[in-house]
Amino acid sequence: MRYSGFKVIKEALTGHKGWKPAWRDPEPKAHYDVVVIGGGGHGLATAHYLAKVYGQRKVAVIEKGWIGGGNVGRNTTIIRSNYLLDGNEPFYEFSLKLWEGLEQDLNYNAMVSQRGIINLIHSDAQRDAFTRRGNAMILNGADAELLDAEQVRREYPYLNFNDARFPIKGGLAQRRGGTVRHDAVAWGYARSADSHGVDIIQNCEVTGFRVENGKCLGVETSKGFIGAGKVGCAVAGNSGRLMGMADMRLPIESHVLQAFVSEGLKPLLPGVITFGAGHFYVSQSDKGGLVFGGDLDGYNSYAQRGNLPVVEDVCEGGMALMPMIGRARLLRMWGGIMDMSMDGSPIIDQTHIDGLYFNGGWCYGGFKATPASGYCFAHLLAKDAPHPTATAYRFDRFRTGRMIDEKGMGNQPNLH
Amino acid sequence: MRITCPHCGERDRREFYYRGAAVDLDRPAPDAGEKAWDSFVYLHDNPAGETRDLWYHEGGCGAWLVVTRNTVTHAVLKTELASQARS
Repeated sequence: MRYSGFKVIKEALTGHKGWKPAWRDPEPKAHYDVVVIGGGGHGLATAHYLAKVYGQRKVAVIEKGWIGGGNVGRNTTIIRSNYLLDGNEPFYEFSLKLWEGLEQDLNYNAMVSQRGIINLIHSDAQRDAFTRRGNAMILNGADAELLDAEQVRREYPYLNFNDARFPIKGGLAQRRGGTVRHDAVAWGYARSADSHGVDIIQNCEVTGFRVENGKCLGVETSKGFIGAGKVGCAVAGNSGRLMGMADMRLPIESHVLQAFVSEGLKPLLPGVITFGAGHFYVSQSDKGGLVFGGDLDGYNSYAQRGNLPVVEDVCEGGMALMPMIGRARLLRMWGGIMDMSMDGSPIIDQTHIDGLYFNGGWCYGGFKATPASGYCFAHLLAKDAPHPTATAYRFDRFRTGRMIDEKGMGNQPNLH
Repeated sequence: MRITCPHCGERDRREFYYRGAAVDLDRPAPDAGEKAWDSFVYLHDNPAGETRDLWYHEGGCGAWLVVTRNTVTHAVLKTELASQARS
């Protein structure tokens, strides 16, 4: 069933009796060509592109809970492609281009809003670094614009430009960045994948892999054994737990990242503001809530909740940047578990086990990557070769010294 | 989260700097080979449950501690001086 304005009017006139579930609820079959583990944004996107672009007809997504119940529903919904390094920027720009065509591709309103993102500049050194980054973005086909303080002031006059420690001296803007309604991304991909024949199997937890003679034959689940020609794992946040079932240790640690939303306010913030120096970023949702966050709690964790020191740190950052935020009341706060990799960049690669593929290590940047992650993982699963924009996301880059370390922090995941 | 320093007693987590998994106590020999070093530097256990990690009491006595804690509940189970945990 295609969604359209005409369909909405027709249903409105006939008592809304014609709407059908957006996806089926099938029982697992005995065997699939490809089984994708993880019914989050990346897993569902993988299934969508496997079926629609790469023509795979027997695909299943298995999810231990309900689809979209993990990090795709717990992030702060920002999309952007403002990276520096060659291994990253083409991939994230590919992702941003996919976002731009996503709703037509899925026939689903994901409320993609290119409202722009500005990274604030506070010093000459930071301006140099952001100028370099902006040039790298432009060289890779993205858009970037260096703003001086007056240009930032015209758009955000209420920011604290004269903070003693971090006065605002300008910003690096990416106008094509913005926000997307995150739940709709999961639902849109699920609906489209389902319409192309993908079985989405919820409440089906993986309990092990069946590996014989170095080849993965399928997965053991709470609904029994499911055979598979290929198995793709896309469970960022729980990658360590899942791959541990295949006796793999990963260059990834799990960390908790908190996010916050205020009560609904009248339109205030036209775009996304990041205050990296103060560990704070903020945007405003279409419902009016200020959506904001900051740094990781900083220690390995699998608890989907954080501790108070970071709450205090984020609120201090908000007050320093935008003193009026102190008058808004906090509505909700929550935590999600991040796959923090050893260099801050993701992994989309084959494993040493034949037929077992891995997608993870998204750190706190997984949401914006959703379309390209799905596309590139589908490419890898279908063709056994990396997509041209994802060739650097290999497991062996750590051992061979080819890390993609945007922040230059080395092997300390909590600092990326 | 509060951590009990063997020297200073129970303190706020904010007094401590987090280093990561307590693998630093088992540093391989310089000639141990690529695999051992890859494992030491990049491939750490990442358990959901009990873990051992290194914390530095930078806002207190300056001691390096090995903290045993639960990554699912954030409960701190045991704290010892790194110098003693190693021996």
